[in-house]
Amino acid sequence: MGNFDKKLSTFYDVFINQEAYKEVLTGLKNTMTIAILGLIIGIFIGVIIATIRVLPKYKTLPKVLDGFCSLYVGLFRGTPMVVQLLVFYYVLLPIIGVKMSSVLVATCVFGLNSGAYISEMMRAGILSVDPGQMEGARSVGLSYSSAMMKIVIPQAVKNILPTLGNEFIALVKETSVVSFVGAMDLYVAFNNIGSNSYEFMVPYLAMAIIYIVIVCIITLGIKLMERRLRRSDRSK
Amino acid sequence: MTEANKIDVIQSDGLIVVKDLKKSFGDNEVLKGITTTIKKGEKVVVIGPSGSGKSTFLRCLNCMEDPTSGSIIFHGVDIANPKVDINVHRQKMGMVFQHFNLFNNKTVLENIMLAPIYVGKKARRKKLTDKSVKQIKQEAEEKARELLKRIGLEDKADAYPSSLSGGQKQRVAIVRSLAMNPDVILFDEPTSALDPEMVGEVLDLMKEVADQGMTMVVVTHEMGFAKEVGTRIMFMDEGRFIEEAEPKEFFENPKSDRAKDFLSKVI
Ligand SMILES: Nc1ncnc2c1ncn2[C@@H]1O[C@H](COP(=O)(O)OP(=O)(O)O)[C@@H](O)[C@H]1O
Ligand SMILES: [Mg+2]
Repeated sequence: MGNFDKKLSTFYDVFINQEAYKEVLTGLKNTMTIAILGLIIGIFIGVIIATIRVLPKYKTLPKVLDGFCSLYVGLFRGTPMVVQLLVFYYVLLPIIGVKMSSVLVATCVFGLNSGAYISEMMRAGILSVDPGQMEGARSVGLSYSSAMMKIVIPQAVKNILPTLGNEFIALVKETSVVSFVGAMDLYVAFNNIGSNSYEFMVPYLAMAIIYIVIVCIITLGIKLMERRLRRSDRSK
Repeated sequence: MTEANKIDVIQSDGLIVVKDLKKSFGDNEVLKGITTTIKKGEKVVVIGPSGSGKSTFLRCLNCMEDPTSGSIIFHGVDIANPKVDINVHRQKMGMVFQHFNLFNNKTVLENIMLAPIYVGKKARRKKLTDKSVKQIKQEAEEKARELLKRIGLEDKADAYPSSLSGGQKQRVAIVRSLAMNPDVILFDEPTSALDPEMVGEVLDLMKEVADQGMTMVVVTHEMGFAKEVGTRIMFMDEGRFIEEAEPKEFFENPKSDRAKDFLSKVI
């Protein structure tokens, strides 16, 4: 184990004395920013798309919108996230002539991508809510959209909370692809430590532990949230 | 009401006037031309065999199902016309469902307050009232608590519907529609999903509502209630009302064979 001790002290030296922890913190910040903002954007897009897709379809407008939505969902679910990121960063943005930081681009792509996945979860969630809930709300005079926002969607969100949690965990894990467009994340930070010290064992081990801890914290958070929401199923 | 104002106002003595109402689901014509007038204060009881179109008729009255053709005149406006803002009219036409349809994500108190607050806020946005949002909420809460007290469920104000018994749920559903001060309440088999021991409490509340002069259209299999509370029985069969009479007349002396046959089975 003397060998491992040596590796550990090399890592310590780079991490603390050469201030590599700063890169790790930046990486952590970027990872979490992209995952959290991506999830929020994704929920937003997902709710809108799902709502459009469950609209009654005897008029033309909902049909056309539904067509666009299914194209969008198909595109984003049908291609790998790396490809989407590369296309946005190296193809679309240069064509329209916009400069954006790689973290911002990654956040947007993550949001668009998870929006496609969340819309499908959300749609299933909405369809799983008893139609009587919509009828009850409409019968007292609420408009379709108010009934959706106040009654149906909150219950749909509650139903899909566990799957939404899994989506968040998947996003956190997938942030490692942002290194493809030159953004700092946990992988890049620890990889740099490894390259600087020619020693990869401890940095990668540390990286794995950090990912595990993040995922555990999220899982715990979801459990707590579910328990709080489940209280509305019982008496107070 | 702006949209409704553009639509011709039709004068009539009935609260709801139904003219040649037809409703099809695909090729299946469920309502085959119904014409009737429901006057203020009437307690119309709709009975008939299962699948004859009773629910569909009731659900067409507040356009929960869009009529295929015909008109439904409520407050002098043909609400079957898609241009009419149906939400405004539904606020004055309550509905009580077989399966209660209380909002599962809201407490009992919130269930009752939701629509009054919604309508109050809408009126405020349109500058039809100077009440503050706080005032609107306060008034809605006062009214909701008063209604809960009336049905003896004040202590359930903060409970969620899932913790109530069926009878309690249905009574809350009834006061939820009362909270809007409707001009008429439609009941679709309000006691059919209840355990037998809970039917009484719901029927008692309905009688109380009836005694206070509410106009009611009730689909039910409770013949006792129909006799006691009904002012008119409408017997439906295969999408038509084939017999209409006062309860005493209908139950003692049914005219059509279908009605006779039906009564012999249910009584
Ligand atoms: N949403 C619907 N879609 C298709 N058919 C329906 C729908 N609602 C009712 N029906 C049909 O209409 C007929 C009458 O149903 P309903 O009005 O519920 O009868 P009742 O309430 O008298 O038992 C039935 O044949 C039923 O299958
Ligand atoms: Mg029925």
